[in-house]
Amino acid sequence: MMKRDECLRLLAAKVRDEAIVATYQAAFDWMAMAPRDLNYVSIGAMGLASSHGLGLALGRPEKRVVVLDGDGSLLMNLGSLASVAAAAPRNFAHLVCVNGVYEANGSHPLPGQANLDFAAIAKGAGIANARTIASLDAFAADLPAILTDEGPIFRALLVEAGAPSPQDYAFIHSAQARQRFKVAFAR
Amino acid sequence: MRGAAIIAELKKARVEFVVAVPDIVTSDGLLWPLSQDADIRLVRICKEDEGIAICTGLAFSGRRAVLLIQQTGLLDSINALRAVGVEYEQPVVMLVGLQGKEPDIAPRQSARYGVRIVEPILEAMGVAHFWIEHAPDEREIAPAIGRAYETSSPVCLLIGQPPSAESGAA
Repeated sequence: MMKRDECLRLLAAKVRDEAIVATYQAAFDWMAMAPRDLNYVSIGAMGLASSHGLGLALGRPEKRVVVLDGDGSLLMNLGSLASVAAAAPRNFAHLVCVNGVYEANGSHPLPGQANLDFAAIAKGAGIANARTIASLDAFAADLPAILTDEGPIFRALLVEAGAPSPQDYAFIHSAQARQRFKVAFAR
Repeated sequence: MRGAAIIAELKKARVEFVVAVPDIVTSDGLLWPLSQDADIRLVRICKEDEGIAICTGLAFSGRRAVLLIQQTGLLDSINALRAVGVEYEQPVVMLVGLQGKEPDIAPRQSARYGVRIVEPILEAMGVAHFWIEHAPDEREIAPAIGRAYETSSPVCLLIGQPPSAESGAA
């Protein structure tokens, strides 16, 4: 099991001009360690991170789009896996932090969390390049492929909460966050 | 009204993507023809709130999109529309088939509860909306899309009757 912040720190060390779409706890950890204009954090409604990312990826096929999702969030939008598979964006990677709980809403367990296999679900939806990552070493070894291989790519990252990050909801929902991203993404 | 006339309006408004969940009102006249259209990319999705986010991502990319759905899906997507379209001020453009609406009866006068509540909900949310049922109503579509993108605000175009799949005169 990886600490989520340690896992994302490995990604932070490798990102360059990728658009990072991040939601809830992954977004808070990510913003704390990698504040950058190409962070897309205004998801609005739980579950929609992968769909925002799909729109960005279809709109700018030459830009890499990496989605940092949560398992509770993805469960609210499982159909997005089929939509992503059908649209088949080559520039799209979907990383799901799997901790088995709705962390933002009191850490209640996901229904059936002990049985959920998100990589299998993604494969079943048609995303062939899908697998589970359970260690920092494995994630570090996989990162170059995640950032460069032809998508769509799906990874279920088995994590637990690490060091707490500030929950800056005001910034996530701010016009400033969206404007910064818009300007940076247009370059 | 011809579906072809509506598609022509989308092109006039420089729409490049249609994101869709099948809707029985617009299936024959719009969605099937769009699936064969060489100029507009059709993105088929599973649930309507996905489409609100996809259209927003496309807008951040500088690309124009329309979400083609049924009013049942609009009702199911109220929270996404509230957050992303209204509170985040994004140009979410929706073409919404009104399943069950009677011909030539205004939506809010419909005997169907699921039709009657649509406009009051949009008004409560502050979402601009237009009722498109007979030619030349479709001429409102391209300007409405243009305004949505110019003002970065959502708009809902309510399709009252099935557009025809004919390619001839209106």
